[in-house]
Amino acid sequence: MSAKIAKFRELGLLVFIVLMSVGVQLRNPSFLTWENINDMITNTAILSILAVGMMLVIVTRGIDLSIGATLALSGMTAALAVSHSPGLSPLAAIGIGTGIGLVCGMALGVLVAWVNILPIIATLGMMNVFRGLTFESSGGKWVSAHQMPDSFKNIATGSLLGINNLIAIAILVYAVAYYFVSHTRTGRRIYAVGSNPESAAVSGIHSARILWLVYTIMGGLSGLAGVLWVSKFASAQGDTASGYELSVIAACVLGGVSIAGGVGKISGIVLGSVLLGILNNALPMIDVSAFWQMFIQGAIILIAVLINALVKRGIDRNNLMRRKI
Amino acid sequence: MKKKHGVIGLIAVMMLTLLAACGKSGNSEGGASPSQAAVSESPSASASASSSESPSGNGGGAKKKFAIIFKNTGNPYGEKMMEGFKKAIEEVGGEAILKAPDQPTAEAQIQMIEELISQKVDSIAIAANDPDALQPALEKAMNAGIKVLSLDSAVNAASRLVHVNQADPERIGRTLIQGVSEMIGGEGEIAILSATSQATNQNTWIEWMKKELEDPKYSKIKLVKVAYGDDLRDKSVSETEALLKSYPNLKGIIAPTTVGIAAAGKVLTDKGLKGKVQLTGLGLPSEMAEYIESGVCQWMYLWNPIDVGYLSGYVADGLVKGTLTGKVGEKITAGTLGEKVVVQDGDGTQIMLGDPFKFDASNITEWKSVY
Repeated sequence: MSAKIAKFRELGLLVFIVLMSVGVQLRNPSFLTWENINDMITNTAILSILAVGMMLVIVTRGIDLSIGATLALSGMTAALAVSHSPGLSPLAAIGIGTGIGLVCGMALGVLVAWVNILPIIATLGMMNVFRGLTFESSGGKWVSAHQMPDSFKNIATGSLLGINNLIAIAILVYAVAYYFVSHTRTGRRIYAVGSNPESAAVSGIHSARILWLVYTIMGGLSGLAGVLWVSKFASAQGDTASGYELSVIAACVLGGVSIAGGVGKISGIVLGSVLLGILNNALPMIDVSAFWQMFIQGAIILIAVLINALVKRGIDRNNLMRRKI
Repeated sequence: MKKKHGVIGLIAVMMLTLLAACGKSGNSEGGASPSQAAVSESPSASASASSSESPSGNGGGAKKKFAIIFKNTGNPYGEKMMEGFKKAIEEVGGEAILKAPDQPTAEAQIQMIEELISQKVDSIAIAANDPDALQPALEKAMNAGIKVLSLDSAVNAASRLVHVNQADPERIGRTLIQGVSEMIGGEGEIAILSATSQATNQNTWIEWMKKELEDPKYSKIKLVKVAYGDDLRDKSVSETEALLKSYPNLKGIIAPTTVGIAAAGKVLTDKGLKGKVQLTGLGLPSEMAEYIESGVCQWMYLWNPIDVGYLSGYVADGLVKGTLTGKVGEKITAGTLGEKVVVQDGDGTQIMLGDPFKFDASNITEWKSVY
């Protein structure tokens, strides 16, 4: 029964997306054109990459508020690296950014997994640490388009087999993530730790190691996203992606990832990211005032969370009834 | 076992605090952190206390102290402004105190004003994070005999003696329309990509743009939409893309905001629309160098933040000396900038820097390394 409801929830989201697309299309015929869909997916790629990591973190009953700052730090470091040595290969730039992100994630993982600081506190603290380091490393200055070599800017504009690099990287991340969470032992253990930490511990799972792992993955993905972000917008600032973590958390919640832990599917966060992507792309196109844009965006997110809560209540009630019999 | 964990935890927390402290201080490069309020005094001023005498009768031993508070640290634009302020203060033989909080909030600025009052400075120049919230603190400062002026972002008329306006909003609005009209040959659809829908500066400029458009010579130019990118990269890009798709005949975009114009430049570059859609507005030369050099944006405007700070330095000096009281019609000679006049601004008065400065292919190479 609960499986059915969970499945229905995703179907509901899909129907919602289709209805919204039709509505926007009626208002602005250029919405469902090839160019716009391409722009939309490209703009959503970074968000969706981050959503993968965030889903794993939330599944373990945690949250990571530091990813915007990690993204800024690794993006800034990569930008500084290529501006100092323009000959640097773009792959090396991606490596540097991802490496910085991994280190950030590992440090955070240690605090959460072994020092037992609450994730919200630890990540809030590290958010400021990383943001401060970003300002420190850049001296408060921006790295602008003219300081970056073309090879670096081409990371985001180039394409692989006809698909924009950002989209290609997102697809790759999703393929690996799908295999990881559904077909590896470690992947399944993440869910075990999230849905019932006590039984997970009893069954011999090293919860701390799993926790450390998810924050490290999150950090690595944030680092990767940082390089892609800076390459895409051709500018690195100290306040890059400030507050972006909230969009990523919203994408996860929209996709049915439960803040209470243990629940979350790859297909769900794809839909969640797509919904947010459509919102960001479509709202400017339907020609409503800026105030209504905010209102609509907030309302849609709230409705999705409300549905999530209602469904969860239904599942709980079913479980209770089953226990009675 | 338990104990060991506790000790490890303690150590980790201490290290975290240390790290956090590092991050915080890093944040305030060239500025100050709110609690500690690191003061970066002008080294030459304190070193050569006796040698540099002030031109007018404020000698008498102690140097006059002129403070400036910017919106937040880590902002190259603000740093240039403070640099100009310091230069002017050194020229008049005073001591400059440069301050800026970590976060762009009014609360942090109020705290700094209180500190400056107890330090008994002679003048406070402030780029406000809120026009009204600073009033009690600034009134207290003025009651203590401190001359208060605002620059860049004004405080309300009751909280200041005079405001130094970076550029005349009317001149900015009109210049931008004249610029885009020249670029598109006086005919076609244009759109504006602004910051947030409530940004006071941008909205005033947009009002003047609309007034300039009423002139019959722009009868063939149509303003189709004012879009808001909220000064966020991703949103500005989405808004620009939406403009291009919703208005296929769009000929020009005016973006009177730093993040917006750079994001629009990037979109036009990526979509290969150079020459088809023109771009102008207000932007940072370093951010726009790429697009001005490539021709995507033929030219754009901005005031010179060094000059804003420099003019404010001279105005602060005039207020302290008493040659200036902030009344309409008064004149001040501001070093290399020449003579400026105090004019009416709503309930209060202000001094304007002048026309915005034009950046194009001929001068961008020189400016892109400045700010």
